[in-house]
Amino acid sequence: MPGSADSATRAEREIMTAEELRILEAKAMDLRIKTIDAIGFLGVGHIGGSLSLIELLTILYYRHLKHDPADPRLESRDRLVLSKGHAGPALYSTLADRGFFPEEWLHTLNKGGTRLPSHCDRSKTPGIDMTTGSLGQGFSAACGIAKALKIKKNPAALFAIIGDGESNEGQIWEAAMFAAHNKLDNIIAFTDCNKLQIDGFTNEVLDLENLDGKWAAFGWHTQRINGHDFEALDKAILTAKAHSGQPHMIVMDTIKGKGASFCEGLATNHNMAYSYEKALEVIAEIRGGK
Amino acid sequence: MADKEMRAVYAETLTELASKDDRIVVLEADLMRATGTGPFKEKYPDRAVNVGVAEANMLSIAGGMSTEGYIPFAATFGCFATRRAFDQFFLSCAYAGLNVKLVGTDPGVSAAFNGGTHMPFEDLGLVRMVPGIDIVEPSDPVSLKALVQQIAARPNSAYIRLHRKALSPLYPETATFEVGKAKVLRSGTGVTLAALGGLMVHNAVTAAELLAADGISAEVIDVLSLKPLDAETILASARKTGLVISIENHQAHNGLGSAVAELFAEAADRPARLVRMGIQDQFGEVGTEAWLLEKFGLRAEDIAAAVKKALKG
Repeated sequence: MPGSADSATRAEREIMTAEELRILEAKAMDLRIKTIDAIGFLGVGHIGGSLSLIELLTILYYRHLKHDPADPRLESRDRLVLSKGHAGPALYSTLADRGFFPEEWLHTLNKGGTRLPSHCDRSKTPGIDMTTGSLGQGFSAACGIAKALKIKKNPAALFAIIGDGESNEGQIWEAAMFAAHNKLDNIIAFTDCNKLQIDGFTNEVLDLENLDGKWAAFGWHTQRINGHDFEALDKAILTAKAHSGQPHMIVMDTIKGKGASFCEGLATNHNMAYSYEKALEVIAEIRGGK
Repeated sequence: MADKEMRAVYAETLTELASKDDRIVVLEADLMRATGTGPFKEKYPDRAVNVGVAEANMLSIAGGMSTEGYIPFAATFGCFATRRAFDQFFLSCAYAGLNVKLVGTDPGVSAAFNGGTHMPFEDLGLVRMVPGIDIVEPSDPVSLKALVQQIAARPNSAYIRLHRKALSPLYPETATFEVGKAKVLRSGTGVTLAALGGLMVHNAVTAAELLAADGISAEVIDVLSLKPLDAETILASARKTGLVISIENHQAHNGLGSAVAELFAEAADRPARLVRMGIQDQFGEVGTEAWLLEKFGLRAEDIAAAVKKALKG
């Protein structure tokens, strides 16, 4: 494979220190709490698929993704498309924490006139690069952005996040072929493989496995890791960055609803109602390290 | 300008625009040969993207490229451009506030030998529902060139309904056009023929000549822009003649006929009687263009007959 010569040594050389790891873990706890709080404040929302992404969003926005909250459309920034747009609340917590907009906005989630709608909207929210929500479309749009960056000879990276349920959509695989054919190695994509979709377990609704095998067969440089493990995430991103000539898919095994005791792994946690009291209770649990 | 293939005008216009504006890109879904954008690709290989047979993917890719400042012209047969990729055009392009020019070719009966599966009689009705976009159907090589240039310069998404085959010019090359403006091609006092698209406007002009021989003075309006619709020109003509025939190579509902009916229904006066010519809630089918025009009653003589019937009634 082209360009992969020194990837392992480079990844090892840049492996994070214990202190860096501790900081990321603390940050993830913080973002998890903010996400549970924001959805709980409203009383209903896409909690499950938001919480399965917290570690990924943390490591991207606190270690890998070049960005400037003061200039959300900075030409040299790395782009991010959350194609599973319903996980917007997790990304909003992250963007608020990074200073793209005031934290008070989080309590306006899904309220009339809000700038934080359920599904990501580039026209409303600073830091959102593409409007998503109709599954599959964001991933194609991400490929369009990556292609545009190549035409411009802009070396920025394009990070894309799709869901395992989302991968039922044929458009995901149309985009997969397009990216491989066009050698869009500036794409580092992640599948949030939390094994659940709205109507139940993915292997019962529509079995996707062998998922990493599918991506490899579609011509993508593919890795499969634990999506809640910062060291595995870090190494996978560095390995992807060191490998050229192919787009990159990192299939992350995750747990839907991770870290919230009332919903973790629950088949009904896709879009779930819970009271603000419940939110505050679980937040206290998380803070207490239970 | 002599008779010219409309697709050649489309490709030449884009190639010329691209020489001055490096934001112009062409997207195709394995119909580059049909659309005729090969010369664009030869000149600007990096800016011509063929996505393969994947229209939905093409329109979301176009939306993504637009976020980076590019102006994609994404083309395919009108049936696939709208029916197949409607959600992608709606969400990844228009709803996202982006600037994608969707080009639907082979409108209505011009799909001819590709038959009913490929015959878009509903594309305008679909895209009319998308907020904030422009919809144009140029009628000849001159209006096509001008409107493609104008659409390229506008910041919003658009649908261009493109007749691919040759059409004779209706306008001198010096004519000017504007999105949202119709053209009065021929003045008259007895009836208004408001036609949309190359085949229909040419047939309306012929119908006006047939009617003139029978002593009926027909005004012909080349509607050109379905959205925004030129209400001023259509209403003024309607109030003058008292009878409007809307003529479209499309279902008579949800396209031009409906747009004019809405205009008349909401006017404070009763501007004119309206007869909507077009496809009467039918599917397309295979045949020559001439056979299909006869089958669906859209020839010049059908238009003239409809006028006479309405004037009698």
